[in-house]
Amino acid sequence: MNMYRWKSFPRLLPGDWLVLVLGLSLVGASFAMLWQPGHAAKLRVRDQHGVVATYSLGQDRIIEVRGPLGSSQVQIRQGQVRFSHSPCRNQYCVHQGWLSRAGQVAICLPNQVSIELLGGERAYDSLNY
Amino acid sequence: MTRSIIKIRTTPDDHRVARLAALAIGLHLAEAVFPSPLPGVKPGIANIVTLYVLYRFDMATAVWVSLLRVLAGSLLLGNFLSPTFVLSLSGSLASLAVLALARHLPQRWFGPVSLSVLAAFAHMAGQLMVVRLWLIPHAGVAYLIPVFAAAALFFGAINGMIAARLLNAPGEHA
Repeated sequence: MNMYRWKSFPRLLPGDWLVLVLGLSLVGASFAMLWQPGHAAKLRVRDQHGVVATYSLGQDRIIEVRGPLGSSQVQIRQGQVRFSHSPCRNQYCVHQGWLSRAGQVAICLPNQVSIELLGGERAYDSLNY
Repeated sequence: MTRSIIKIRTTPDDHRVARLAALAIGLHLAEAVFPSPLPGVKPGIANIVTLYVLYRFDMATAVWVSLLRVLAGSLLLGNFLSPTFVLSLSGSLASLAVLALARHLPQRWFGPVSLSVLAAFAHMAGQLMVVRLWLIPHAGVAYLIPVFAAAALFFGAINGMIAARLLNAPGEHA
């Protein structure tokens, strides 16, 4: 009785297979892109004397760090971090934009301030390979 | 004193829409009883009816049946105008929009399974958009995309196959 039902189960058309394969690759790609390990959880801020503080990325906030030139502003927003304001001349640190992955670093050399993202484990880069 | 009787004139089309919507509402309610591992991940078996109606009748009937199902389903479950209702509505509108486009795909190649999967993805995208813009305005919502996309693909394919089975195999309409 059940056999009859299964025999008459719909045959998929070529386009259906195409949609299924595309859908599957979309799902795979979304897993690969969005569930990548090494997402940062913490931010470490350093100034000329060493580590200033470590912050969680879970809470949006703006941090002021004093340097020889003045005050650098570091902004945490939705798990990402950036230099939002800097007293330095060339503004390289600000132009670096948002950081979100563990191991990413932004440095303001003139003002001697750096921010580093820490994750579960450090990703390899050219410095700590 | 004369009694006045207000009678709404209904056409056979109205009756058909009502009958099909009732079927969809029934499935909608039956599904609401089952617990879900993750809020929002549901098989969406009522969409089988939408798909069936789209093939057997036309787009307008499918829109009626789908939106009536969302409205009446929310009234019966007691979440009319709540976030759940808005999510349900946004998902339905998105999937109807995609169905309106996808039904023009050549039927020789694309059967109900294609339409079902595409509609399921649209449903999920519409809902996640509302979640991101209104309910949880946080970038972390992106973490949910893979899970919802996988569920959309899986249930979309199954619903599509059931709809195809009900329509008695693709190819007949080609």
